[in-house]
Amino acid sequence: MKNTEQTSKPAKLSSVWTYMHGYKLTYAGAIVAVAIATMAAYAVPLVVRLTIDSVIGDRPVDLPPVLADWITNRVTVAWLATNLWAPGLFIVAVTMAGGVFQYFQRKWSAVASERTAQRIREELYDHLQHLSYDYHVKAETGDLIQRSTSDVDTVRRFLAVQLVEVGRAGILLATAYPLLFALHVPLALLSLPIVVVIFVFSAVFFRRVQKAFKQSDESEGRLSTVLQENLTGVRVVRAFARQRFEEEKFAERNTEFRTLSRKLIGVFAVYWGSSDFLAMSHMLMILLAGTWYGIQGALSIGDIVVFLSIEAMLLWPVRQLGRILADMGKATVSLGRIEEILDTPTEYPRQPGLCPAISGRVEFRDVHFAYDDGREILKGISFRAEPGTTVAILGPTGSGKSSLVHLLSRLYDYTAGSITIDGVELKEIDKKWIRSHVGLVLQEPFLYAKTLKENIRLARAKDGDGEVFGAARDAAIHDVIEGFEKGYETLVGERGVTLSGGQKQRVAIARALITGNPILVFDDSLSAVDTETDVAIRRSLARRARHATTFIISHRVTTLASADLILVLDDGRIVESGTHEQLMDRDGLYRRVWAIQNSLEDELQKEMNREPV
Amino acid sequence: MNQFEEHDYSKEFDPQLWRKLLRFAKPYRRQLTGLGLVMVMVAVVDALFPMMNRIAIDRFIVPAATEGLAAFLALYGVLVVVQAVNVFTLITLAGRVEVGIVHDLREVGFRRLQELSFSYYDRTPVGWIMARMTSDAQRLGDTISWGLVDIAWGGSMMIAIGAFMISMNARLGLIVLAVIPPLAVASLYFQKRILEANREVRKTNSRISGAYNEGIMGAKTTKTLVQEQANLREFTTHTNRMRETSVRTAIFSGLYMPIVLTLGSIGTGLALWAGGTGVMAGVITYGTLVAFIGYTVQFFEPVRELARVITELQAAQASAERIMSLVETEPEIVDAPEVAARYGDSFHPKRENWERPSGGIRFRDGSFTYKEGEQVLSNFNLVVEPGESIALVGETGSGKSTIVNLACRFYEPTTGEILIDGRDYRERSILWHQSHLGYVLQQPHLFSGTIRDNIRYGRLEATDEEIRRAAQLVNAHHFIGRLEDGYDSEVGEGGNLLSTGEKQLISFARAIIADPVFFVFDEATSSVDTETERLIQDAVSTVLEGRTSFIIAHRLSTIRRSDRILVIDSGRVVEEGGHRDLLALRGRYYQLYTSQFLEEEEEELLAHH
Repeated sequence: MKNTEQTSKPAKLSSVWTYMHGYKLTYAGAIVAVAIATMAAYAVPLVVRLTIDSVIGDRPVDLPPVLADWITNRVTVAWLATNLWAPGLFIVAVTMAGGVFQYFQRKWSAVASERTAQRIREELYDHLQHLSYDYHVKAETGDLIQRSTSDVDTVRRFLAVQLVEVGRAGILLATAYPLLFALHVPLALLSLPIVVVIFVFSAVFFRRVQKAFKQSDESEGRLSTVLQENLTGVRVVRAFARQRFEEEKFAERNTEFRTLSRKLIGVFAVYWGSSDFLAMSHMLMILLAGTWYGIQGALSIGDIVVFLSIEAMLLWPVRQLGRILADMGKATVSLGRIEEILDTPTEYPRQPGLCPAISGRVEFRDVHFAYDDGREILKGISFRAEPGTTVAILGPTGSGKSSLVHLLSRLYDYTAGSITIDGVELKEIDKKWIRSHVGLVLQEPFLYAKTLKENIRLARAKDGDGEVFGAARDAAIHDVIEGFEKGYETLVGERGVTLSGGQKQRVAIARALITGNPILVFDDSLSAVDTETDVAIRRSLARRARHATTFIISHRVTTLASADLILVLDDGRIVESGTHEQLMDRDGLYRRVWAIQNSLEDELQKEMNREPV
Repeated sequence: MNQFEEHDYSKEFDPQLWRKLLRFAKPYRRQLTGLGLVMVMVAVVDALFPMMNRIAIDRFIVPAATEGLAAFLALYGVLVVVQAVNVFTLITLAGRVEVGIVHDLREVGFRRLQELSFSYYDRTPVGWIMARMTSDAQRLGDTISWGLVDIAWGGSMMIAIGAFMISMNARLGLIVLAVIPPLAVASLYFQKRILEANREVRKTNSRISGAYNEGIMGAKTTKTLVQEQANLREFTTHTNRMRETSVRTAIFSGLYMPIVLTLGSIGTGLALWAGGTGVMAGVITYGTLVAFIGYTVQFFEPVRELARVITELQAAQASAERIMSLVETEPEIVDAPEVAARYGDSFHPKRENWERPSGGIRFRDGSFTYKEGEQVLSNFNLVVEPGESIALVGETGSGKSTIVNLACRFYEPTTGEILIDGRDYRERSILWHQSHLGYVLQQPHLFSGTIRDNIRYGRLEATDEEIRRAAQLVNAHHFIGRLEDGYDSEVGEGGNLLSTGEKQLISFARAIIADPVFFVFDEATSSVDTETERLIQDAVSTVLEGRTSFIIAHRLSTIRRSDRILVIDSGRVVEEGGHRDLLALRGRYYQLYTSQFLEEEEEELLAHH
């Protein structure tokens, strides 16, 4: 559990632009739209100012020369005074126009960020699929899913919300102050320090509460662990009559979480209380100073309205800015965790391999295989199998049986020696090509959350019901499926049926059989099937896959005996090989395994004669 | 598929449900009342600020007078302080209520979960329960406290603004307020759409998580079947959908704000037009005009908040329904009142009245039928002497586990009875029965914590010395000693830092330290390595000694060791007797035995040749 918190290097934020490729313009458009919408927002107090000061009052129109000229000479103040609906309508029109840009900002930033997130999601998914077999043997599913979902979402939020908000706040600050300074320098100067104080205050605050956040998050995690373990271990709880103990344990966590949440909320209460105090004091100061200058005639009522409105517009984004900046650090961490996956090399080389015709002749010559950590699993394997023959493999756990057959599908690559398929060196053959010609059934096969029919015809999507039923019959699973209420349309997994280990194996066998592949591999994939069914499956196999080269890993002597070639593996070496008859002539492991069968009766006799304990 | 599929909306507002929820709000009624009052104050002060601007303009700026400016400053200062205190109080109170309600809901839910019968756990996915106890509880606490905040504030704010406007100038006030109805309609419409769209996004998101889960878990199989392309294509349909729904959500909220702002600006325009005309006619002051304009900029906010709360209440109602359904589920197995009176309940046992059972147990015509009507055991009869060990063999689904579950009183027989020392076990409390039980599961389950904690789970008052002795008895002491922290080593969540064999040994120690009268052992089918297997077999012998035991057995040595073997098929005993008698029958037992014999011998041979 602890090791899921591996520390990945935080990425540089600039690398997010590479994923944005093709949508940068849209995103830039969103930023421009923010700027325009912000400008439109200024228009409202400016129109109010013009109306109050120059239309109702008698101050000369105080606007940039072109506009002032247009209003005084073309529209005329007199006309406006009798048609006050016009500035009112103008306010509505400007707000609406600003709204249009605000809308486009939302839309464009959503499109750009969602497209980017989609690209990252798909790249992750595809990359994960193409990582090596070994990677997935060791992978921690929970951690990978976390990275693919919540980390991607953190990056998405950074683009869709945080960056835009920072942009908006920046644009506001950069444009509001020139405007305010143009109106009245002393008042503008006076307002600046508090805005800075509020910003610094919130930035510092949010950085500091992150610890409190983390504490309460972790406490919640502990709470749900207790709950989860109680639910999954309900049998143990009841069998030991520990309801009360469990309740106390939960109560302790529940109370701890309540305490920590209250602490967090308390911190927030202080923050919002004091930051509201600062903001309102700021407004009071503006009003007071404005009034003071107003009384002296240095500021008009309209000027004061503009000051009050624009300061009010500024305060909220500035207070949010602190929080966003504190949050933005998370995006770099998430991006780093994502890139760690994407930077892991896939198992596919740049250029595709050979795609020869495959009939199933397999030859191993002094094949060695070792894992990356140097553990040698196969030490000089040599044998030959002709198309249509069956090779059975026997050996103790860890002798290298599975590795041997995994090499055939290039799930791992041999480290020395040579394997040829129809005379072509296996390493030269394209991985996907060879895999689509080798029907490999794993010991613990995975079934997808689809219907049984879809699962069986996965690799042959175009096959009709006839082929599906045929393959299922040969895998001795047809009757079982027909027995389900929904038959072949039954969903597999949580929302459908849960199949037993043996049933899963048989569905996987049907899935492999339907392909008609020239090479079939059963990696102990009949282990959970009872002996009679095993015999039935092998019989139909002999009929259906007459031309296929078949590899079977098994412990069952009957399975082994009928093979054309039996390999007995021990510690990565072939210790015996040959047909049943040949091996029976030798006093080896195979003969001893076989002898157990015959010793059964003797054993039973001994058993019966034994004194009762 | 069924009731566990997440449906988010229930049809109508359900007052009865909310009344039931009042029970959870009740302990906080003082805080809630205080909160309501504070919110009214917050709203009034919020609405007062434009009035202050009005005073500044009309009293000081227009007449260019400074008289009373100090008092004005003091008044404004008081408002600022009051509001800051208000904000502090409101967050503290609302937070207290929220966190408190969530805490209480979880407490009640957890207690109920400890009482519910196994049949409930059989048909309810753990994920479903987890979601009720975590996110639903959270959402409900959230809505009750912060919903009240927003309703009280939004409502008072609208009233205050309306009152101030009308008191300043009734005609102008009414003109401007005309904007509120369309504002409310638009808000309700959009908030509903936004909520729905958001829900769609969440659903798609969980589908994407599911797809990742499948993609990663199935990656190995995907390679062997060369399904990478097809999988990616399928995944793309999810991500496309995710993008579409997310962009649609953004478009809805992108449309909403401009529309609200535009409607608000109509108010501003009207105020400027009618108010300005009034100023020129001398019937309205400058201050009033500015205050009006201020209000028109302000009042879309309470409307928006109210609309949001109303739509969220609907979603919260779905959470409430699901939590209440959990809390109100009645356990199927309960102690009769007179039993509870004598023996105590699951949380307050009266141990002084408990007698120790001798270990004899008898099934008399026991039948068990699942709720769905499937009969898994019929007319089962069995007399077990104290200290006798019974091995149950048979295929998956034959009814072995049902017999064990009945013996543990996880289920009770549908008809017939089970007698302990001659008395129906329903005459004693469930806790009494289960307190005399030891249970080792096929998939051993440990709790996070140390090894010591886990062994002590069997008997809470056990000393360290007793724990060590228990571990020694079941051969666990050796491997524990090799761990860096020994008995204080953490086992990880669900025990996943230990191997299956190690977990099994710990669970034997946990069982033996409880010194149970009855012992139940569900043997694992998959074997661990031979060395550990030997240790486990040894542990089994130790634990069985002198106890009445039921064993779902797979290994020959376990079967051979038991006093009596029952071969179960389709809920019936088809063969019964000692090992040698059953072999002599050459029937079902003989078949099972020989195939298992071959498998084990072969395993043995391959491992030790």
